[in-house]
Amino acid sequence: MASSAIVVEENKDLWAGGAEPMKASYGKLMMWFFLLSDAFTFSSLLITYGLIRFSHQVYEGAYSAFEFSQNYWPLPDFVFDGLPLLHGIHAPLVFVGIMTFILILSSVTMVLAVEAGQRNDRPAVEKWMLWTILGGIVFLSCQAWEWTHFINGKDIGMSLMDGSIFYGANLSFNQYGPPNFATLFFFITGFHGFHVFSGVVINFIIFYQATTGVLARRGTYEMVEKVGLYWHFVDLVWVFVFTFFYLI
Amino acid sequence: MIKNFYNMKQQNIEAEVIPADKEKIKKIWKVTAILGAITVLEFIIALGMPGEGGIFKTITFILMTLVKAGYIVSEFMHLGHEAKALIYSILIPCVFVLWLILALLIQGTAIYDVLF
Repeated sequence: MASSAIVVEENKDLWAGGAEPMKASYGKLMMWFFLLSDAFTFSSLLITYGLIRFSHQVYEGAYSAFEFSQNYWPLPDFVFDGLPLLHGIHAPLVFVGIMTFILILSSVTMVLAVEAGQRNDRPAVEKWMLWTILGGIVFLSCQAWEWTHFINGKDIGMSLMDGSIFYGANLSFNQYGPPNFATLFFFITGFHGFHVFSGVVINFIIFYQATTGVLARRGTYEMVEKVGLYWHFVDLVWVFVFTFFYLI
Repeated sequence: MIKNFYNMKQQNIEAEVIPADKEKIKKIWKVTAILGAITVLEFIIALGMPGEGGIFKTITFILMTLVKAGYIVSEFMHLGHEAKALIYSILIPCVFVLWLILALLIQGTAIYDVLF
């Protein structure tokens, strides 16, 4: 007769009360509720963008004749049209498009890391976590370039009342449109960028714990799932930021 | 202390590696393809008809964004496969967001009417 053993495995998802509400572990459920509250924060920011945009005048002229002015909200195609190393080329949306793909891809590698974690496949978890971290760092670098470009401004600046010329943007002025345009840009993409940054840090901590075997000793890679939720949320927010800031 | 705790558990370490489920991985890449395709479509619309389309273009962009968001939340974040109670406890509070959109956009238009 083949020898068999009965293994009584403790269910690691049970809460301290011995139950498992909504069939989710405590940590995962709390991550979901945190993300819900974070979603409210980002919604408020993006809806504020809508409020302020609706309270400004709209550019009525022909698309090709567009010029920056303090009197109306700028067309994003003309603000975000730069590419690194290709100065002077009008390439609307191309760079943010690349950024969008990078973030979606790093979300995919995160799903693959979670999938590997569920199978206790440590090398695969390490590999995919590393790709995810790399994607996050590349995205942040792109955003740093984007901000530098935005702050330094275009070749043609904005003439001020005292005869001087103002280039780029800060929190009080910007050459692209009403002051609130740049303020919202800094606040919303900055808040999202900080989420990406903390995501990279958290991902790195979990990657470190996976490589040093902490997660293996714990017997579950659920931590990867939890940080995965956070990382996907960051991607989700970018999908909305991309639409409302760059497309519309 | 913490270190001791983990060492204690070390007796039954390294749970068995389960081989990858090809179907599951295929599905992940399928969702990726959908997300990528929608983004590419957004670009074609944005670059192909600059300055045209008006409100219909805006609505198309928002609908495409919502489709993308749906795939990310239900597949990547796995919410679509969680318990019903969990799905609803995340989705229903978002009604407040709909309310805020309505309230603040009306407010924005009102400010515009006062200013211009």
